[in-house]
Amino acid sequence: MLAAFAVLLLFQCLGEGVVFLLRLPLPGPVAGMLFLVAALIVFPRLQLLVEQAVNALLAHLSLLFVPTGVGIVVAAASGSGHWLAIVASVIVSTLLALAVTGLLLRGMKGEPTRDSDA
Amino acid sequence: MPEFAELRQFWVYLAASPLLGLTMTLCAYLAAQRICAWCKGAPVANPVAIAIAIVVGILSLSGMSYERYFAGAQFVHFLLGPATVALAVPLVRQLPRLRRHWLPLTTALLAGCVTAIVSVVVAARLLGAGPELLATLAPKSVTSPIAMAVAERLGGIPALTAALVIGTGIFGAMFATYLFHLLRIRSDAARGFAMGLAAHGIGTARAFQLSAEMGAFAGLAMGLNGALTALLAPWLVPLVTGWMG
Repeated sequence: MLAAFAVLLLFQCLGEGVVFLLRLPLPGPVAGMLFLVAALIVFPRLQLLVEQAVNALLAHLSLLFVPTGVGIVVAAASGSGHWLAIVASVIVSTLLALAVTGLLLRGMKGEPTRDSDA
Repeated sequence: MPEFAELRQFWVYLAASPLLGLTMTLCAYLAAQRICAWCKGAPVANPVAIAIAIVVGILSLSGMSYERYFAGAQFVHFLLGPATVALAVPLVRQLPRLRRHWLPLTTALLAGCVTAIVSVVVAARLLGAGPELLATLAPKSVTSPIAMAVAERLGGIPALTAALVIGTGIFGAMFATYLFHLLRIRSDAARGFAMGLAAHGIGTARAFQLSAEMGAFAGLAMGLNGALTALLAPWLVPLVTGWMG
């Protein structure tokens, strides 16, 4: 578990470093994810090492957004005008993006989801 | 009442240490999960939204400042970095399918990315939003560090963008399932990819609750759309606003 966490942090450092040096328009952790993908392809055994920590982190991904979310609600209370334009355009656009992307991939083969759990 | 004074002192002491913010975050999240279970996992009962509501409620009742709260909550917040790196593992498991389906995935990525940017700009413009607000709204579908950088470059307000990003994520996580049902989009891969693209990390978190496969495709779409939006938005947004006059 500890070794796994160390691996994740090392790849995050690597990602932050490369993004900083090359001035890439990416957050460091996303670059770190791409490096870890490459490393897992070259050394498949690495997956066994990181698996536990990965499963624990990803199972509670929702929790990690709570602190930022709270800050934003607190800040938004002192918000700007134009709320109708903001809310309506975000809703319309999010639904459109979901629909366009999903429909283009509708034919993709895979285990179909049971409608009850999704 | 001496007990009350003592209790107050204890509260002041607790609120000054990071312990309280951290405990509050974990307990609010556990309570939110319990509430979601009562609602039988209905997508509108989103654990992020409920946990945020609980914490905001406690903060406003107790008068504790956000800075105080975040001193404790930052330990949870910090884990977002390693969790993003961790998305590599489910992604690698899906690699054979990514190779087989690279063409539809690339098409969906391009179309979804352009739709997410153009539609919000057009809709907000029609509703009377000015250029600053349009620049703030444009990157709303991508993960907040990228979205804030894009908004800043376009002349928007990064702090407001961060708020809209979270709002978009929660809305997408809540309503995506109903939309997929309506449009008969059934495959986990397609659902996950759409959720990660349109609703970034919060959509991805929701996808992981449903299945590992959906989560893997969501994480992939989140990363790719973040990178593509950073590249496309800076010329796409001026193009659309110029065209609309």
